[in-house]
Amino acid sequence: MSLTVEQVKVRNQALIEEVLEVYPEKTAKRRAKHLNVYEEGKTDCNVKSNIKSIPGVMTIRGCAYAGSKGVVWGPIKDMVHISHGPVGCGQYSWAARRNYYIGTTGVDTFVTMQFTSDFQEKDIVFGGDKKLEKIMDEIEDLFPLNKGITVQSECPIGLIGDDIEAVSKKKSKEFGGKTIVPVRCEGFRGVSQSLGHHIANDTVRDWIFDKSEGKHPEFVSTPYDVSIIGDYNIGGDAWASRILLEEMGLRVIAQWSGDGSIAELENTPKAKLNVLHCYRSMNYISRHMEEKYGIPWVEYNFFGPSKIEASLREIASHFDDKIKEGAERVIAKYKPLMQAVIDKYKPRLAGKTVMLFVGGLRPRHVIGAYEDLGMEVVGTGYEFGHNDDYQRTTHYVKDGTLIYDDVTGYEFEKFVEKVQPDLVGSGIKEKYVFQKMGVPFRQMHSWDYSGPYHGYDGFAIFARDMDMAINNPIWGLTKTPWANS
Amino acid sequence: MTQNSSSVLDHFNLFREPEYLEMFENKKKNFENSHPKERVEEIREWTKTWEYREKNFGREALTVNPAKACQPLGAVFVAVGFEGTMPFVHGSQGCVAYYRSHLSRHFKEPSSCVSSSMTEDAAVFGGLNNMIDGLSNTYSMYKPKMIAVSTTCMAEVIGDDLNGFITNARNKGSVPEDFPVPYAHTPAFVGSHITGYDNALKGILSNFWEGKTRVAKDKINLIGGFDGYTVGNTREVKRMLDLMGVDYTILADNSEVFDTPADGEFRMYDGGTTLEDTAAALNAKATISMQQYCTEKTLSYAATHGQEVVSFNHPVGVAGTDKFLMEISRITGKAIPALLTKERGRLVDAIADSSAHIHGKKFAIYGDPDLCLGLAAFLMELGAEPVHVLSTNGGNDWLGKMEALLASSPFGAGCHAYAGKDLWHMRSLLFTEPVDFLIGNTYGKYLERDTGTPLIRIGFPVFDRHHHHRYPVWGYQGGMNVLVTVLDKIFDEMDKNTNIPAKSDYSFDIIR
Repeated sequence: MSLTVEQVKVRNQALIEEVLEVYPEKTAKRRAKHLNVYEEGKTDCNVKSNIKSIPGVMTIRGCAYAGSKGVVWGPIKDMVHISHGPVGCGQYSWAARRNYYIGTTGVDTFVTMQFTSDFQEKDIVFGGDKKLEKIMDEIEDLFPLNKGITVQSECPIGLIGDDIEAVSKKKSKEFGGKTIVPVRCEGFRGVSQSLGHHIANDTVRDWIFDKSEGKHPEFVSTPYDVSIIGDYNIGGDAWASRILLEEMGLRVIAQWSGDGSIAELENTPKAKLNVLHCYRSMNYISRHMEEKYGIPWVEYNFFGPSKIEASLREIASHFDDKIKEGAERVIAKYKPLMQAVIDKYKPRLAGKTVMLFVGGLRPRHVIGAYEDLGMEVVGTGYEFGHNDDYQRTTHYVKDGTLIYDDVTGYEFEKFVEKVQPDLVGSGIKEKYVFQKMGVPFRQMHSWDYSGPYHGYDGFAIFARDMDMAINNPIWGLTKTPWANS
Repeated sequence: MTQNSSSVLDHFNLFREPEYLEMFENKKKNFENSHPKERVEEIREWTKTWEYREKNFGREALTVNPAKACQPLGAVFVAVGFEGTMPFVHGSQGCVAYYRSHLSRHFKEPSSCVSSSMTEDAAVFGGLNNMIDGLSNTYSMYKPKMIAVSTTCMAEVIGDDLNGFITNARNKGSVPEDFPVPYAHTPAFVGSHITGYDNALKGILSNFWEGKTRVAKDKINLIGGFDGYTVGNTREVKRMLDLMGVDYTILADNSEVFDTPADGEFRMYDGGTTLEDTAAALNAKATISMQQYCTEKTLSYAATHGQEVVSFNHPVGVAGTDKFLMEISRITGKAIPALLTKERGRLVDAIADSSAHIHGKKFAIYGDPDLCLGLAAFLMELGAEPVHVLSTNGGNDWLGKMEALLASSPFGAGCHAYAGKDLWHMRSLLFTEPVDFLIGNTYGKYLERDTGTPLIRIGFPVFDRHHHHRYPVWGYQGGMNVLVTVLDKIFDEMDKNTNIPAKSDYSFDIIR
């Protein structure tokens, strides 16, 4: 009873029309531009993106603070990141993203801690700069091994006219040139997390790169130095990636930013190549390093053996034969493992359909991994993608795929109800909605507390997890046996 | 390569394999420019000292690992406790993503809520258009019976006028003329999530009560307060009141929406206090709050309408439940039935059976102010000592009440309450004045890791243990649950500490 591509297109188009009916006219017109059915051969998904979410529709998006503190800066482990403003933002994002790292928390590393200025009414009225100064003093006093401080601005900071740059400069001087980075990532800036990534990238440029030239004279370069950019080490992703790059003969000098340290950031301009996983959140700094330091960058995809293989070759193509041979050696080494994983799980998963809605790179990057298991992604969309993401998506999606940008709660529920995929991959806010509907689900931000999913080691876990979601026996019991009689 | 398809290694074991350990070592040595191991160890030891504790308690500006959230979270928690109600938070949209995630991570349930998605232009011109469009969209899309508005700190800083905006939106046809849109200002820079609970509930009640004349009836209102155990507790309270034959309205009853079945249907709304009952609640004889510090404004509002108001502090245990039931009995004139008396006897019996294992044990507790009071009272009832009781969102009033409670029992001697302190303070307390057990939310696991104090998870949020919110901690049955939770940890620790063969396992007793 499977539909032809043409039938799928007709159904998806009708589905889009149907969901738009619920909206007031003005909203329907705006939302229509974010929904589409992909036509093979087009260089774009033909949806609008990276524009304001509509009030009241239940967007899944977050804010600039989430993009800076939660994504880019938060994982830098040896710095203290102050959630500057009221208590909530830091509280809700406290250790929730699973950016794995190694260190003695509270002593030389601080990722899973919540440092906040806990703004009170008087701070709003009189400004928080004095308090911020004192906070920095107290951090120096109580956490003497910290290697730097960032100020992650919450909404009020930009509204009350605080001068966090002046405070940062003053205190940096006082602390003997310590790195202190003021970040203007107030939640109301931009339309999603995305601007927060950009702002955070820019602060690395302005407050790390520009101030750290010549800082590590002991650093000796090699021709094989690369940096991993845009891997947040969720459940250990960056580790499962690093190991492959090292195995092929490269030297990874920095991780951005999962399990990263400030020294790694500072030394990154010495890399020969930047390898970029999450294009969305870190293309800015990659472009900057290309312009300023002449470091080329290459996007790669470490989800699933097909894409890993292609990516290893692509990365190796920037180096000499030694590395190219190294890549082939790595590919050959893991081939039997990958085959065994596919042999085990593909029979259980082949033909299953998936709908995705995630952030960053995943709405396209994970498609290959599903396909390696014989599964098909029938709908996908980005929380905060831009047009260049949707262009890149065309290399991954099939003809007739349903595309939904900044999907609303209502749309996603209706789409899933009608398309009836075998699996939905999205976030914690969506997880329980679909499980109530009896649809298997995996969180594709946090890996549902599993992982890593990157690299060859990660693919085995990915396959296992998708299998356990889809073939969970409980899905056969959501309906009472007496309902049908 | 140690990964294999027959037994897949994930993060728990994969990274302990030699190739990864070597990789970590090299990364640290060659690229992290990290502090020497000895220096890290030195500082780590220093953080355990009295000297560090004094510095730590000398903090005036920095907060580290607080045990509180912000107001709108409480407002959202209240809103979903009303029939068909969509919480609408006016301000930046990222906040709403955070509240929804936070509640879903605790309850393992969907959490529906919308934002007016204000951005930079709204910061300059105000969020009126966001309110107009937002209410219209929410009303059309999610077909609520009520939309409960609260605010993020952004909207509060720019001073948006909720009342005016909502009236304006109504005039523009965003929602029908008679459609209820209660509102509350819930600035994140005042109080905490329990303040937001209070403000939002008062906002909803005043929406229905303002301008109405009270006709006193015998029914009573009951409010649970912000409670991670709302599912189990609300059901237990209902059961007890039903057994007594009391006519009651639970206000902000979110026990159904945070516990919906997986039967093929997603229920965006489920259960909740009906709007009719909410309006009629004005006529109640009394309003009873299970958590004083969650309902200060709400209760005084109810009192201005002539209702008797009574509040408890998250009562846990025998005496706490006794007091609750006797108050209900006094107010309603209904007797406490034999079944509850029997349940009481069973709890007393269970405590007597197990008391030897708890008596004299030292505990540290942290959490919301009412929870701390309820748990400390129960611990002292068990003969245990609540040595450190800390509430980040507890104020001076709470401090006085907590100190009085500690002073009321010989088991409170030498015990101290800490208001407005955070979990980094607690870390110092646990190092300098160690206790046997720690009671707190999930974040207490970091304290357990650092100080070795075994954590008993009671509080909010609990992200890393499942389904405990389904079990009550109120009532005699709830007291039994808490007792068993505490005992299980005590016994587990006893076994863990006596299981070395030929060394300590003589005490590895089969009967305890």
